[in-house]
Amino acid sequence: MMIPLLNIPTQALFGQLLLGLINGAFYALLSLGLAVIFGMLNIVNFAHGALYMVGAFVAYFLLNLGGLGYWWALLLAPIIVGLAGVIIERTMLQRLSGLDHLYGLLLTFGLALIIQGVFQNYFGSSGLPYEIPDLLKGGKNLGFMYLPNYRGWVVVFSLIVCFATWFAIEKTRLGAYLRAATENPTLVRAFGINVPLMITLTYGFGVGLAALAGVLSAPINQVRPLMGAEFIIVVFAVVVIGGMGSIMGSIVTGFMLGVIEGLTKVFYPEASNTVVFVIMAIVLLIKPAGLFGRTA
Amino acid sequence: MLDTTSRPLLEIAGLEAWYGESHILHGVDFNVRQGEVVTLLGRNGAGKTTTLKSIMGMVGKRKGSVRFEGHETIAMASDKIARLGVALCPEERGIFASLDVKENLMLPPQVKPGGLPVEQIFELFPNLKERLSSQGTKLSGGEQQMLAIGRILRTGATLLMLDEPTEGLAPVIIQQIGHTIRKLKAQGFTILLVEQNFRFASTVADRYYVMEHGQIIDSFANSELEANMDKLHEYLGV
Repeated sequence: MMIPLLNIPTQALFGQLLLGLINGAFYALLSLGLAVIFGMLNIVNFAHGALYMVGAFVAYFLLNLGGLGYWWALLLAPIIVGLAGVIIERTMLQRLSGLDHLYGLLLTFGLALIIQGVFQNYFGSSGLPYEIPDLLKGGKNLGFMYLPNYRGWVVVFSLIVCFATWFAIEKTRLGAYLRAATENPTLVRAFGINVPLMITLTYGFGVGLAALAGVLSAPINQVRPLMGAEFIIVVFAVVVIGGMGSIMGSIVTGFMLGVIEGLTKVFYPEASNTVVFVIMAIVLLIKPAGLFGRTA
Repeated sequence: MLDTTSRPLLEIAGLEAWYGESHILHGVDFNVRQGEVVTLLGRNGAGKTTTLKSIMGMVGKRKGSVRFEGHETIAMASDKIARLGVALCPEERGIFASLDVKENLMLPPQVKPGGLPVEQIFELFPNLKERLSSQGTKLSGGEQQMLAIGRILRTGATLLMLDEPTEGLAPVIIQQIGHTIRKLKAQGFTILLVEQNFRFASTVADRYYVMEHGQIIDSFANSELEANMDKLHEYLGV
């Protein structure tokens, strides 16, 4: 049934709202990883989008070379990319600790270009198909809209992962170590905690989240070498709006901006590509530390 | 009665330390025996805090020898040194703003058996028990100091290094901290104290070392304090 609302069919409205929520889920997962990495390593990880893409490619390789399907990819891709992150941190980023933010930003930006370049060289720019797993094919008619099962799964699963990460950081002992080490790593280390190891694992975990988002995205957006490059600028805007390094800020802002973007597509489609940056400019003017940031 | 013949718990010889290019410690030698309270005295900038940080492995570059319970720690990272049973309560207290009081208190992991149970820490510092869910940095200066001392008592560390624990505190809180240090000493803890306030130090210390320009220039026992008062005034410029 279609009930016009402000002359807009509800089917279209809810359809865009769902798309917005899905994009929001990806924004939240990616910006969450960025926030964790920035909070702990003080590094603006420009390689995040490239590692999100690598996550999707790992899923593709696991399926086509190893015969391992979606559910295995969901488990293995974050671990494989996380291990790659551990190697990147140990061999490169660790050497930059104590230097200006700019060095980490340049290094990770360079890494992103190299990783994307290599994949583009072998796979071109067009997308490789990745099938929705059998269990999540089809959809449900909710009366006011049609909900594809896979999209519902992406939203619910992302929410679970986001809140599990929030819980681990804000409510557990390990999370207390992480928060304390963000403030004063030297003192936390002097309490007997191996902070350098914790930093390495945090980077691995953060990029593992990006890979997880990549696997989730593969059946919706296909697997493409530039899939991360297109996304990452918006994700950085999300991080800035939420407040650099804020965990809850990343989650709430990620979903919120996805939805706002979706609604803009319904009400004023021309602005849908820029609305996030307009919001970023306004937030920076009014609250430079971001909506959930502690200090400017 | 102190056993002055036993091997020291902490032996420091020829300790040099740098912050970047700045050479701060120029060959520090002293020792602390099991169960003693030893105080480092000296003017601002003499190298007292750097000495504690060097023992803990928190400065950029160190040379010389720091032996704890016979283990040479000069090349160890600070987390390994802490695991041997050395704990620092820093001058700036180091309370974490993003953690509540309970999380701050429980943060340092247990490194050895024999740490104080939390109930006993609350007996020493009853204020902390009432403020457990407050944000760490919302506490008063005195309460923050109690939290900074309390959290290292849990860990089982046998050498406690307290850097100016009375700085900026009200007399009644200073008394409470003095009482705590005497109680800890009675329980067998070894304490290395940095103090500017030697009147406070005289109520708890067994021995003193005086530092100037990154070196130890004098030492005496608490019983010799009165006899050394004039010299001490000169050293400390008070």
